Amino acid sequence: MPHDLARQLAHGFADPVHEGQAVFRAAMEALSRPGRIRPLPTGLRPPAPLTPELAALALALVDADTPVWLDAPLRAEPAVAGFLRFHTGAPIVASPEQAAFALIADPARCPAFTEFAQGTPAYPDASATLVLAVETLSDESGPAFTGPGIRGTERLDAGPLPADWASRWAANHAGFPLGIDCLFVAPGRLAGLPRSARPVTPEATPCT
Amino acid sequence: MYVAVKGGEAAIDNAHRLLAEVRRGDPAVPDLTVAQIREQMRLLVDRVMTEGSLYDPDLAALALKQARGDVVEAVFLVRAYRTTLPRFGATEALDTGAMTLSRRISATFKDLPGGQVLGPTFDYTHRLVDFALADGAVPEPAAEAEPEADAAACPRVTDLLGQAGLLEPSPPDDGAPVGDLTREPVDYPADRAVRLQGLARGDEGFILALGYSTQRGYGRTHPFVGEIRVGSVQLDFTPEELGFPVSLGTVDMTECQMINQFHGHGAVPPQFTRGYGLVFGQGERKAMAMALVDRSLRAAELGEAVLVPAQDQEFVLAHCDSLQATGFVEHMKLPHYVDFQAELDLVRRLRAEHAARTAEPDEPTLREAAE
Amino acid sequence: MNPQVQIQGTVPAGTGYNFAYLDEGTKRMIRRAILKAIAIPGYQVPFAAREMPMPYGWGTGGVQVTAAILGASDVLKVIDQGADDTTNAVSIRRFFTATAGIATTTRTAEATVIQTRHRIPEAPLAEGQVLVYQVPIPEPLRFLEPRETETRQLHALAEYGLMHVKLYEDIARHGHIATTYAYPVEVAGRYVMDPSPTPKFDNPKMDDCPALQLFGAGREKRIYAIPPYTRVRSLDFEDHPFRVQSFDRPCALCGAEDVYLDEVVLDDAGGRMFVCSDTDHCESRRADGHMGEAA
Repeated sequence: MPHDLARQLAHGFADPVHEGQAVFRAAMEALSRPGRIRPLPTGLRPPAPLTPELAALALALVDADTPVWLDAPLRAEPAVAGFLRFHTGAPIVASPEQAAFALIADPARCPAFTEFAQGTPAYPDASATLVLAVETLSDESGPAFTGPGIRGTERLDAGPLPADWASRWAANHAGFPLGIDCLFVAPGRLAGLPRSARPVTPEATPCT
Repeated sequence: MYVAVKGGEAAIDNAHRLLAEVRRGDPAVPDLTVAQIREQMRLLVDRVMTEGSLYDPDLAALALKQARGDVVEAVFLVRAYRTTLPRFGATEALDTGAMTLSRRISATFKDLPGGQVLGPTFDYTHRLVDFALADGAVPEPAAEAEPEADAAACPRVTDLLGQAGLLEPSPPDDGAPVGDLTREPVDYPADRAVRLQGLARGDEGFILALGYSTQRGYGRTHPFVGEIRVGSVQLDFTPEELGFPVSLGTVDMTECQMINQFHGHGAVPPQFTRGYGLVFGQGERKAMAMALVDRSLRAAELGEAVLVPAQDQEFVLAHCDSLQATGFVEHMKLPHYVDFQAELDLVRRLRAEHAARTAEPDEPTLREAAE
Repeated sequence: MNPQVQIQGTVPAGTGYNFAYLDEGTKRMIRRAILKAIAIPGYQVPFAAREMPMPYGWGTGGVQVTAAILGASDVLKVIDQGADDTTNAVSIRRFFTATAGIATTTRTAEATVIQTRHRIPEAPLAEGQVLVYQVPIPEPLRFLEPRETETRQLHALAEYGLMHVKLYEDIARHGHIATTYAYPVEVAGRYVMDPSPTPKFDNPKMDDCPALQLFGAGREKRIYAIPPYTRVRSLDFEDHPFRVQSFDRPCALCGAEDVYLDEVVLDDAGGRMFVCSDTDHCESRRADGHMGEAA
């Protein structure tokens, strides 16, 4: 690699073994307990608009075997693809349906879930994981969910998201075991929403 | 008073020390060298390399020494080592047509371009124990032939038949990535490349028995040995940064092409079909059995009914690996007393009920409580 | 290097192996399979299991899952048949102290990761703990239908009639469901899953468990999961509800009731005693002053 490129390229994990493990464990906990917010500390300083948390999940989970799709703002900055290619070797794909992982810096304009791989009835695992960089992330408010990993119900408020997010998620869950899984990242924090998370409709919420 | 068995750590350490001691055997007998195994137990080394999926004669010889000569254990050592090696990529396809031959025979033609080369073979030895070997007899030097200057002088028999359209052509390279069963779980139905990988790594005894079964009516494919060739082949690799192939050296290989009868179907005129076997070193038995089973596993592709074990790829591929088979068979010696206790309870209860029905009291049983 | 690893000081310098043995690429591949397994509870995710330096059947699936999740600050417990001191449990524990230098424990409550073969600890598991099962045959339908191509379709269609027929035939023949271990469960109302060869006594512990449960089958190359607080129902019939074994006597050493017991043969004259299969549970109870008749 030319010397100047090496200098301008943002660094990856200082300790790939243990930082990669810590980020994976945070993601594992997040998907295991939908709606619960986990700390996600990272010292990465990737090229904007790739956030440090998006970069951390990418470095921990993707490699040459996992096609990655970037949303429009991430695609618009060539340094983002350069950073990801150098540190992960992941192929960057043009169409969402080819992606194992989708990195989304502008979640309000997230493509329809159905544009991503849903898996097949025989292989529901052959489906995309969406990593969305949100500005707000709260488990105090927002829509409620129930299902595996959730004791009773959990709330998860993330934003900004498309206006029809609730109906999208309801349709995604209704397609179980097919569907996509989401990881929401905000500065220093992470939450997960697997396809198994069932939205609790207001009328179905038990009176409190 | 009863004390639960303890001391697993000490027992393991002691067992390992004892194993090392019995491996060495009588210290008055000179230690076996890796070079001795590599040179004088070469067919064993070849088998360990083939089933271990790693071409490294010294490593295979060392594994055999460490494994006290147990082939499956040596294959295990080689495989476990192989898993830790970095991957640089895939070589160019081997050109076995350009093999420097040490042996080459065809059963389908009396003579052919390049001739039959008998080479080093047990085929026509009389199996009389040679007691002179026990006294370290030195063999007479063999006569030397001039090496074949031009590989094209020894074309593969299948290429000769293929030119006349009598033999199905090898499928063209469609450029699609070739699967790797060491890096992806097998997804059934598996394509031929993955099946051949499984057969090459498969246990020689198992593949041999399956191949044999096809000859005895469990999936007859009318095989003829088109050609067996044994020799060394150049290995070429194209590094990403160079963009052109460079030679990495040579590997010794045995290739077997079986020619099988096929009556054609629909648009396909009657022609011979292929069964293919390829192994490291000299391994004719394995290569031949592999070629029989390969052809047999093509049943579905060639429109033949899948009726017998050797045609059933799930049956063959899921059970041919000696490490998987030995692991699962031998794991039965690990403690299973928790499950046995559960079965014991059930059998006692069933016996008690049986005894009650026949009005003969049996030993008291455990009650089964609602959860 | 992480300070905690240095404190443990047991990663042999220059062994040439990565932390927890597996290379990072293999770990990533296993980690991705684990995430999908969690998102689709009870579904068996195919993964490219590696050849490990211990035999298939000795827990290579569980070892790969543990190696993929383990961090330097984890505290590992390994049990086989419920006991920490069975030889293979000892061997696996040593593998991880040697390759990862992590702390180990025999105390269920102190462990963050528990690798198990054939038992679920008696002490209730807690949030933040991960239970890793070693699985020989992950396919609950395998003994009814040997073909992977067929069973995959049955799972896709949620067609589990075959399993109910088998269980019902047991009842018709024996008056009982004759499955005593590896008793099939339905996870989160969708997939029927093999709980690994744990006695059915342990099945209720899987239901609504606060810990994450991960299952690794190395030879069969499958990973599956039960997230915390997930409904796990043992298959049964209205007229033959699921029941667990119970023993008609307490542990001879600690006096515990409602635990799974090992039957120990004392002599050749029919002498038997029954003691806790979970050695940590038994020792903890005895340390707390509980005594059985043989103590």
